[in-house]
Amino acid sequence: MIEIEPGSVQQPGGGGDEPRQQPRQRSWWLRPAMHTALIGAVLGYVLGHWLGNYFASGYQQIASADSSDFPIVLGYGFAVIGWLAGLGVFNDLILQMLGKPVAANTNHLGGGLGKYFRYSLDHKVVGIQYLVAMVGYFLTGGLFAMLIRAELLSPSYHLLTASAYLEVVSEHGTMMMMMMTSVVMGPLGNYLVPLMIGSKRVAFPRVEALSFWLTPCSFIILLSSVLMGGFPTGWTGYAPLSIQAGAGMDGYAFAFGLMGISATLAAFNIVVTIICYRAPGMRWSRLPMFVWSMLTTGFLLILAAPVLIGGMYMILTDRTAQTGFFVNQVGGSSYLYEDLFWFFGHPEVYILALPGFGIVSEIIPVFCRKPLFGYKTAAAGMLGVAILSFFVWQHHLFDSGMDPDMRPLFMLTTELISIPTGFIYLVAMGTFWKAKIRLTVPMLFALGMYVNFLFGGVSGVFLSDVPVDTTSHGSFMVLAHFHYTIMGGLIFAFMAGIYYWLPKMMGIRLNEKLGKWHFWTMFIFFNSTFMPLFVLGELGMPRRVFEYARNLETLNDWVSISAFCLGASMLIFLFNFVMSTLFWRERETGNPWRARGLEWQVSSPPPPDNFAHIPVVLAGPYEYGDPNALPVADLNPPAGVISGALAGAGEA
Amino acid sequence: MTAETAPDQEPNHGARLLSMWLLLSASCDPLFWFLAGPHIPPGRMSSSAATQQTDFNVLAMIAIPVVIGVLLYFGYALTYWRAKDGDDTDGPPIHGNAKIQVTWMAVTTALVLFLAAFGTVELWTQQGAGAGEGPSPIWKPDSSNILEVQVIGQQWAWTFRYPQFGGFETTALVLPEGQPIQFDVTSLDVIHSFWAYQLGVKADANPGVNNVAYTTAKQLGQVTVRCSELCGLWHGAMYDYGKVVTATAFQSWARQSEVQLASITRMLPPFALTYDPTNVPVLNEVLIKLGLTSAGGGYYNSNDLEQP
Repeated sequence: MIEIEPGSVQQPGGGGDEPRQQPRQRSWWLRPAMHTALIGAVLGYVLGHWLGNYFASGYQQIASADSSDFPIVLGYGFAVIGWLAGLGVFNDLILQMLGKPVAANTNHLGGGLGKYFRYSLDHKVVGIQYLVAMVGYFLTGGLFAMLIRAELLSPSYHLLTASAYLEVVSEHGTMMMMMMTSVVMGPLGNYLVPLMIGSKRVAFPRVEALSFWLTPCSFIILLSSVLMGGFPTGWTGYAPLSIQAGAGMDGYAFAFGLMGISATLAAFNIVVTIICYRAPGMRWSRLPMFVWSMLTTGFLLILAAPVLIGGMYMILTDRTAQTGFFVNQVGGSSYLYEDLFWFFGHPEVYILALPGFGIVSEIIPVFCRKPLFGYKTAAAGMLGVAILSFFVWQHHLFDSGMDPDMRPLFMLTTELISIPTGFIYLVAMGTFWKAKIRLTVPMLFALGMYVNFLFGGVSGVFLSDVPVDTTSHGSFMVLAHFHYTIMGGLIFAFMAGIYYWLPKMMGIRLNEKLGKWHFWTMFIFFNSTFMPLFVLGELGMPRRVFEYARNLETLNDWVSISAFCLGASMLIFLFNFVMSTLFWRERETGNPWRARGLEWQVSSPPPPDNFAHIPVVLAGPYEYGDPNALPVADLNPPAGVISGALAGAGEA
Repeated sequence: MTAETAPDQEPNHGARLLSMWLLLSASCDPLFWFLAGPHIPPGRMSSSAATQQTDFNVLAMIAIPVVIGVLLYFGYALTYWRAKDGDDTDGPPIHGNAKIQVTWMAVTTALVLFLAAFGTVELWTQQGAGAGEGPSPIWKPDSSNILEVQVIGQQWAWTFRYPQFGGFETTALVLPEGQPIQFDVTSLDVIHSFWAYQLGVKADANPGVNNVAYTTAKQLGQVTVRCSELCGLWHGAMYDYGKVVTATAFQSWARQSEVQLASITRMLPPFALTYDPTNVPVLNEVLIKLGLTSAGGGYYNSNDLEQP
């Protein structure tokens, strides 16, 4: 349903422009926030662990096992519930169940930083929470990568033990994959989609806030598994290795499953918001490309992430309740896990690509000062990628002993997906044609994304060909390929998005000079880190090894040193981000890029209710250079216009 | 050469780009094919390795023009279509070009369909191109004289059994030149992946599953065997070496090993396509007798009616 009341509420219970009835606030330490959540989580873990031991002690099989997984998993479960209870997530629900009046959630109000540590229902607060958290997870995962490269300086193990190396590799992979599912949808999607579609709110603010507050749990649990010896399976968690592994494995399965829940919730909210909360006149043909990418990503997550949740749940029951889903000897199958995992895992890869496509397609028209070339082609490309991504997962199993006549089929579908991906390039190249290009920092990152993703995509075609894949499969070639698409594609696009939208989100501009330094160091060292990995893989270096052939040492040292420089480039970004947002605070209130996007038509940062009135969208967001183009929206539509627009909205 | 040309003398950008692209592609493709092509891993030591090298080079012939085309285009755009300082005007409002879009779609579709057909033909005619084909392979070498070699992965070592020579087991992989080889790959514990690098053979070793891959060695030399699927603690150290010898040298080595290892072979489980290491009948009896387990060493108690 489209919200039609101009003075309507942004939050359940929150008022529009009227003065709010605020209850007297208690002192900050008595109000639910992150510190009470932490207390709740610790208490929950202790309770769950005790309960687990209490239940499990009755079972000989579990009591006699070398490590008891049941109390650990139950501890994690109760810790999450305790964390949410401590945040006050359940307060309103309990009040409602008891039939008591529910006060308005005012957690997003106030000027201080306190609101970012509370369970806030404002999509703009959630967006900022996500942004800071995701950057934090990314840098943590990056530190693990630095450790991996330090170990690979020498062809035999010298810095880490074999088990510590595997722990580090697995933590790096899982942490990165977990954060990448939400790295764009969380911060930019939650923050910008309502602004871009002319809505005052998202569809399900509580679901959205819950999706964010599950991520800290998930990452803390994943990190804490290091304390229990980590897990040796990498991010794929293949059974039966994951059934055999020590107690740290529970952290992996629980955290990854929890992140799956978080991503599903986030996606659900975004998809419903996009479908139901578009302002009058925001037709499908006027939807910004970024919103298209969020819509397709959302559908992928809703359909794929539950499979991950199921797979992780089965690992946990295999490990705790002694089920045998993945144990061959009792009728289970390790292929079941591989199929479940990659049925999630391959759409996941496109969950990581589509938001990047969306961001760069959104940015290039602004800095080319031209309309997006082939709007429908771009949208069709995203839809095509999204649909096809469900039909390619078995290319991860080409050598696994799958049904051999399935291989040509999956080779075909995998290669077909390069057609809609090619549309994204066609659109970019068409937009650049005779453009007026401005090389701002966001534009540089967008260009970097197109260049990097080109190598990632083309190497993907090599991997889709079964004969070529036979040598490349499971080697550093694959590793280079997906780092080119994820780090070179998604993270470059994410950086473009941060530099482009931070003036909108925080009213603050990141330092341009440092931004250019950041781009050039990141671009050069990214390529000098990952380009040699293609060669290393083809020369016979498998993934996730701490020992490699001595003749590969020079190349590996080159890669490691480049990787350290890449890490230093991230420090430039961190420095710029912290200094610009906290200390320099170069104000930017208007529309610094002269962009037509609807989100730029309100002040920066946007007022609490986004729009004083629901706008009426009059034209598409990319009509640059067209003297006859209408302004993108009427922000103060005359009374009665909205109901008229709604009456005619049937054909939209 | 900068963009100082007046708008009325606007050069024909399309023709320029096209000629530059044709020139670069036409020179880079042969350079790659003749200079780099013969050295592309995994070389031509076996039939499957040769297939993989050929396929790589054919794909490169298409990939190089694609990469050149996109990079050249962006480079050209940045050279000629940068806004000058102080120029706040917009570009021309071009919303699309049906002809270009349709051409692009047709060309990419044709390329992709060609690649898929080419890959399928290469799989079909080259007996699966060295990749694991599962327990019931559909593409086999056309020969009655196939050497069977069983590859057993376990944490963290490879062993090889030769069923046609009494099923003796060895850690030294020795293969004949010129005879089609059938690898029966299986695992005793977790998933491994048998990667005979120079032979261009890769097949996952799954517990309880036989995964078949074919190749024919064409040259003598050393073969590196690595595990290419993460299998736990010492995955990084799970490698082995093998060698390809002449057919006669192989025959004498195999017959000699069969005799030498006969006493050990008798103690091994009889040759089978898969093994269940949790089910060791002799050990189970001992364990039950000692009261160490009631489940016979297996996952479930063997007397349990509800066992699957």
